Amino acid sequence: MKELDRVRWRCRRGMLELDIVLQRFVDKHYTQLNETELQQFDTLLNLPDNDLWDMITAKKEMGDIKLQPMLRLLQID
Amino acid sequence: MAITKRKFDVVIVGAGGAGMRAALQLSEAGFKVTVLSKVFPTRSHTVAAQGGIAASLGNVTEDNWHWHMYDTVKGSDYLGDQDAIEFMCRQASEVVYELEHFGMPFDRLENGKIYQRPFGGQSQNFGGAQATRSCAAADRTGHALLHTLYQRNVRANTQFFIEWMGLDLIRDEQGAVLGVTALEMETGEVMALQARAVLLATGGGGRVFQASTNAFINTGDGLGMAARSGIPLEDMEFWQFHPTGVYGAGVLISEAVRGEGGYLLNKDGERFMERYAPNARDLASRDVVSRALTMEIKEGRGCGNNADHLMLKLNHLDANIINMRLPGIREIAIKFAQVDPIKEPIPVVPTAHYMMGGIPTNLYGQVVVPYKTGPEEVVQGLYAVGECACISVHGANRLGTNSLLDILVFGRAAGSQIIEDLKKISHHKQLPTSATDKSLARLARLDSQKDGESVAQVADVLRKTMQAHCGVFRFADMLKEGVTKISKLVEQADHTEIRDKSRVFNTARVEALELTNLAEVALATMVSAEARKESRGAHARDDFSIRDDDKWLKHTLYFSEGRRLDYKPVRLKPLTVESFPPKARTY
Repeated sequence: MKELDRVRWRCRRGMLELDIVLQRFVDKHYTQLNETELQQFDTLLNLPDNDLWDMITAKKEMGDIKLQPMLRLLQID
Repeated sequence: MAITKRKFDVVIVGAGGAGMRAALQLSEAGFKVTVLSKVFPTRSHTVAAQGGIAASLGNVTEDNWHWHMYDTVKGSDYLGDQDAIEFMCRQASEVVYELEHFGMPFDRLENGKIYQRPFGGQSQNFGGAQATRSCAAADRTGHALLHTLYQRNVRANTQFFIEWMGLDLIRDEQGAVLGVTALEMETGEVMALQARAVLLATGGGGRVFQASTNAFINTGDGLGMAARSGIPLEDMEFWQFHPTGVYGAGVLISEAVRGEGGYLLNKDGERFMERYAPNARDLASRDVVSRALTMEIKEGRGCGNNADHLMLKLNHLDANIINMRLPGIREIAIKFAQVDPIKEPIPVVPTAHYMMGGIPTNLYGQVVVPYKTGPEEVVQGLYAVGECACISVHGANRLGTNSLLDILVFGRAAGSQIIEDLKKISHHKQLPTSATDKSLARLARLDSQKDGESVAQVADVLRKTMQAHCGVFRFADMLKEGVTKISKLVEQADHTEIRDKSRVFNTARVEALELTNLAEVALATMVSAEARKESRGAHARDDFSIRDDDKWLKHTLYFSEGRRLDYKPVRLKPLTVESFPPKARTY
């Protein structure tokens, strides 16, 4: 429960675009993520706003191939 | 309950560009500085600033600070204080070069100098040809600025309290500010942070509007803190709107879309801008286009089931043009409007973007309020900078790229002033025994509230009311009704109930506290707008459609207690040059 609160708060960003996309993602998918996916999501949340947004809109290639599935989920929503 | 107290030289609330610029000044001078932030510093809303920093470096075309000053005074519709505007424009080059030395990755010209680009409202020779004044780091100037300042602050040993929220100012009987109360989200603990100087740098409160380009964190916390402790808010009726935010989301659709041939349609499929601006049409200035959209909605020609938005059409353009020249627009439309702009038009509404008003300060960042016969007496121990402050350099309307300049110049100035003032205040004053009472009472009320209002519902109605009654174009009856409605919502915001009463990371509690700040901002805006019977800059009224310098060339001061209004003169006298007298504002 508190973990969800923490994650939800860390989805509060400087860019409105990310606020909306990340909140939508958490509402829809977060409780179904497995341990590995939770870690991947956490890694993405630690990126700077502009980098994360560019990856979601596919303007920038994702360096780490392991994070691709998680990023795809963010891109579809 | 025993309250933990901690002592610092300076407490700064807010870790955006303004707060971090001031923090750097103070930490490098050897003071013990702590900066509170609801989110990690580099995720502050400064990150969303793309346009750049205005400075008359003259690297591309001839320029000087006096021309920049003229543009800013004119852009402010003569409500800006000319001493503060001169100060800002004169210091612009210096703060930009300083940032360059800090390692800010500015774009470069071939000769190695900082690249500059033209921006709306920038002119040479006092209203002549387009000037080239904006210094940028690609389309991520805000991001680069935050990262540069954060790194420097870490090196200078600035202490950051991350995921902390400022609650209330602590003042003594003489009105001096002695510190703040704050909530540590992780533990849910309230602490008294004692300081010889408190700087508010909490940014804007754009979330008071239903359609807003602002991030969720922009809830006007510093304004709520100031207003609750008896400090007035200045010029709150002035909010800048962008004409094309995505309907329902607020995300900006850049002017570039209309520049490439996109145009606006009403529900009848009419290109209505031809009626409002026969020449410039869809490329007329932001305020003209925003007002036209509002008129169309008001007169029943809006689109959709609620007839509450317009359409931005670009599907007549070649798909390649959309993909090549408007990168990111297609993704934004698909993600936030669920339409592919290559096939369908994008639903848009005028969207709140920037708050020109705020906590009244002088050009040294000191908070100034009327006291006895003086309209601008310094509040001991309290400073404010950035969007939460009203210095006022933006007056009734801000020019693009002047906001990053504002936070740099006045962040630095406030830092220097605090260093001076602390020479005279060598030790902390004793905190009154009641220091934390108000904050604790607010939290206790929230914990014990029965049959209260839902935070989300009150916030939702508040935003809709602000949008409908106090948006781009304002009507006497709507404003009057708006004051009544918002007053009721303020009551409701003080009687909210949350289900989660736990201490650890209780975001419901934080959101309830944010709502009380939004409510202060909303009421200040509505009351100030209802009272100002003229149109100036971003404040456009249907019943008083022109600027009235005889009656209204003055700043509004709104006091939360008693919902009282006062006014003070605009500072028309610059520091060293001749005043720019008010003239008709035409472009």
